[in-house]
Amino acid sequence: MQLTLWTYEGPPHIGAMRVATAMRDVHYLLHAPQGDTYADLLFTMIERNDRRPPVTYTTFQARDLGKDTAALFQAAARDAVSRFSPKALMVGASCTAELIQDDPGGLSQALGLDIPVVPLELPAYQRKENWGAAETFYQMVRAMQPPDAVERRVHALATRSARRPTCNVLGPTGLGFRHRDDLTSVTQLLVAIGVDVCVTAPWQACPEDLAKLCEADFNVVLYPETAGSVAGYLKRNFGQPHSTRVPIGAKATDAFIEEVALLAGLAPQDALRKARDVQPSRSGWYSASVDATYLTGKRAFVFGDATHAIAAARVAAHELGFEVVGLGSYSREFARELRDAAQEFGLTALISDDYLEVETAISAAAPDIVLGTQMERHISKRLGLPCAVISAPVHVQDFPARYSPQMGYEGANVLFDTWVHPLMMGLEEHLLGMFREDFEFGEGTAPSHLGHQPIQIPHENAQTGLCWGEEAERELKKIPFFVRAKARRNTERFAQERGLSTITRETLYEAKAHYAR
Amino acid sequence: MSFPVPVMARAHDDVSRSDWTPLRERGQHEVFCGLTSIVWLHRKMQDAFFLVIGSRTCAHLIQSAAGVMIFAEPRFATAIMEERDLAGLADAQEEIDRVVAQLLARRPEIRTLFLVGSCPSEVIKLDLARAAQRLSDRHRPQVRVLHYSGSGIETTFTQGEDACLAALVNVAPVDEEAESLLVVGSLADIVEDQLVGLLRELGLPGVSVLPGRRAQALPPIGSRTRFLLAQPFLADTARALEARGARHIPALFPFGAEGTENWLMAAVRDFGLSRDHAHRVLQAPLARAKKALDRCAETLSGRRVFFFPDSQLEIPLARFLSRELGVHLTEVGVPYLHRALQAAELECLPTGVRISEGQDVDRQLDRCRADQPDLVVCGLGLANPLEAEGFATKWSIELVFSPIHGFEQAADLAELFCRPFARRTRLAA
Repeated sequence: MQLTLWTYEGPPHIGAMRVATAMRDVHYLLHAPQGDTYADLLFTMIERNDRRPPVTYTTFQARDLGKDTAALFQAAARDAVSRFSPKALMVGASCTAELIQDDPGGLSQALGLDIPVVPLELPAYQRKENWGAAETFYQMVRAMQPPDAVERRVHALATRSARRPTCNVLGPTGLGFRHRDDLTSVTQLLVAIGVDVCVTAPWQACPEDLAKLCEADFNVVLYPETAGSVAGYLKRNFGQPHSTRVPIGAKATDAFIEEVALLAGLAPQDALRKARDVQPSRSGWYSASVDATYLTGKRAFVFGDATHAIAAARVAAHELGFEVVGLGSYSREFARELRDAAQEFGLTALISDDYLEVETAISAAAPDIVLGTQMERHISKRLGLPCAVISAPVHVQDFPARYSPQMGYEGANVLFDTWVHPLMMGLEEHLLGMFREDFEFGEGTAPSHLGHQPIQIPHENAQTGLCWGEEAERELKKIPFFVRAKARRNTERFAQERGLSTITRETLYEAKAHYAR
Repeated sequence: MSFPVPVMARAHDDVSRSDWTPLRERGQHEVFCGLTSIVWLHRKMQDAFFLVIGSRTCAHLIQSAAGVMIFAEPRFATAIMEERDLAGLADAQEEIDRVVAQLLARRPEIRTLFLVGSCPSEVIKLDLARAAQRLSDRHRPQVRVLHYSGSGIETTFTQGEDACLAALVNVAPVDEEAESLLVVGSLADIVEDQLVGLLRELGLPGVSVLPGRRAQALPPIGSRTRFLLAQPFLADTARALEARGARHIPALFPFGAEGTENWLMAAVRDFGLSRDHAHRVLQAPLARAKKALDRCAETLSGRRVFFFPDSQLEIPLARFLSRELGVHLTEVGVPYLHRALQAAELECLPTGVRISEGQDVDRQLDRCRADQPDLVVCGLGLANPLEAEGFATKWSIELVFSPIHGFEQAADLAELFCRPFARRTRLAA
């Protein structure tokens, strides 16, 4: 058993629902007790969908357990098919139904329905939401492959020289972090450089569309978490190559465009020019402008799903000039990628889905800004740190009414704005540093454009056994609160290394000089 | 006083509703499970912690159901069962001990710990009674460990509170001497203070509440205890109280001016207190409530309202809307119909109103579309889709999370039903 306060991911059947909800003309029959219907509200309330997810729950009760839950499942299957007329039925079990072992796949096959039935085996006690989405997408793609898939593929390759290159765009699902807008942004770039989109999936794809996947020249993988296994399958079976660069950040978008151009047989420089023409990139210039100087070396702690966390760390370091002081993810499936990325920054990756562990790591890193999920937003609120949200799990605020992609050059513009916004602006920061005793600039002043709510100062860990002299303590208080934790930590480390038991004003400044770059 | 007739006394001379057959449905139930009650129970009892023994789904449900992520460190958590727990590689009882020790070390201020059963823990027949007993012995006197089930296979939404309170009743101290009145059901603090204040002013002896703000301080219960239910979903708690010798005072539930007056007066009559004094005490708040309700009636009178099943509050709220605000009820859906507890309420519903019990959500949506009500009261999963179809909706969960009991809140309650109309009017202007 694992003690859990908050979870970063839901159970795997939520991942299946994200695929079902994204698609058209499919229905998902879930063998589950009544409470599991809560999942509908994720889509109707958080994503504000105007229709119910295409999901029927058997909602069995305790009294059904002694009788025939299998018959209940079959009745629900017949009803759902006749009411919703889907073109494919996905069937599966949630955690409780997994324990009663009714075999949804076998039970639905026995009904002799005239539509394809796709059984989903999603082990609820081992796996989580993103894995469930990837597995569901993979099972759907496999099940929908037409008997003449190979012929279709051969035909597509044979006609290649007579048409524009084509790709599939894989990965966007329901309840995804900005998937809707990323898709718009990336599709715009693809079309601009001369690549047509064959199929986008799972988003808005119907089962017949999945049958056409084999006709594209290559695949664009937007989110490896959900589309990685499908891309691998299509490569193995049809030799379709796929993109590996995720276009989050202007530099990553450049790399993505070059990669796609090569996959499509286009000239990379020409493609880059067209892409930048259709989507003006401002983030680079904004970051280079002198106003952004104050962003230099801001300590950023990054946590999210693997794709967004890795991308955010690179953008933070190479496009905003931050110093990445922590990098982590709850996506255990991508631990290797994350560890490799963390090495780029001389860090050890934090691979954890334990909210408390993440909180401890953030507190210890004393960052100037946290780039995280809604969970980290709460941690940051507690610690009084600025925070920008970069990844799922999602919140109603992560579905803004405006167009707000994370991907492409426009996405990079959005990142610049959203990450800089929570920070204190340059001149304000200077004034605050100079006039510590100004009563309006007192302890815990928030950035002026964000109001004047009091900020809770990070709680200091008083287990160092060191004694702060009165004068040193007073001096420490004059240091702006957002770097005070770092100053305290550095001074204590400095004192410990030198075997000092009391910290004086001198120690404070010696430490400052020691750690100054 | 406009509602002087004791409702219970009228049961025999009016058309008896006890032989009604509700529309019973068995299909997809679009309702929460009992774990969801933790969302308000953990705020109500400030020294209690709720540890769900369940799956990732349980944890995800509680954090999603009410958007409760606003509380950075809540007084609830889930011990998520994993493959090794199910495969017998780990001893479940030992695992519970380990997790509880971890939790108590982190939260030393906890005085009552509830082990809450879930669908998976019930299906694998995990013995939480044994675990609670053992852990109570181990951590006494600092921490009392209790258990109940909030599983979806046994409980619907507010039934989780019922199961929790029943567990508390079982460990409440005994008092066979003092006469007392217990108000049962968790209420917003402001409402609790108002109602308890009124009951004391009316002269009722030994008034206390369950649950109180501290789970550790339980009211004494004995054969001289009588109790009023403040919520309509407390059947098991009522049974547990009766098993301890306490006696239920039947009444309407304290929603609206009529319900609140009836509820308070039921206690006055039952204890044989002065009715004249009671009328004097209640006159001002009752008049205030009615005056405030009149304004809402302008918006609501003649509107047609459809209730989807959710919290068990549907019948008392339908009664309030119909009798005090002139609302026409098209269907009143309840997750389950507890006739004994709802007897007085059912008497007050208009003849022929369609009451449905259980649910087949798709068929119920068909009926709703056919009825074309002016307002649909429903859960969060249905509200936006119905709005998109053109229906005005009221989220039923807001009725559970808002202070709606008592005289002073009667108009606030009505206002919750007015707001969708007011909003539409503004947006259409």
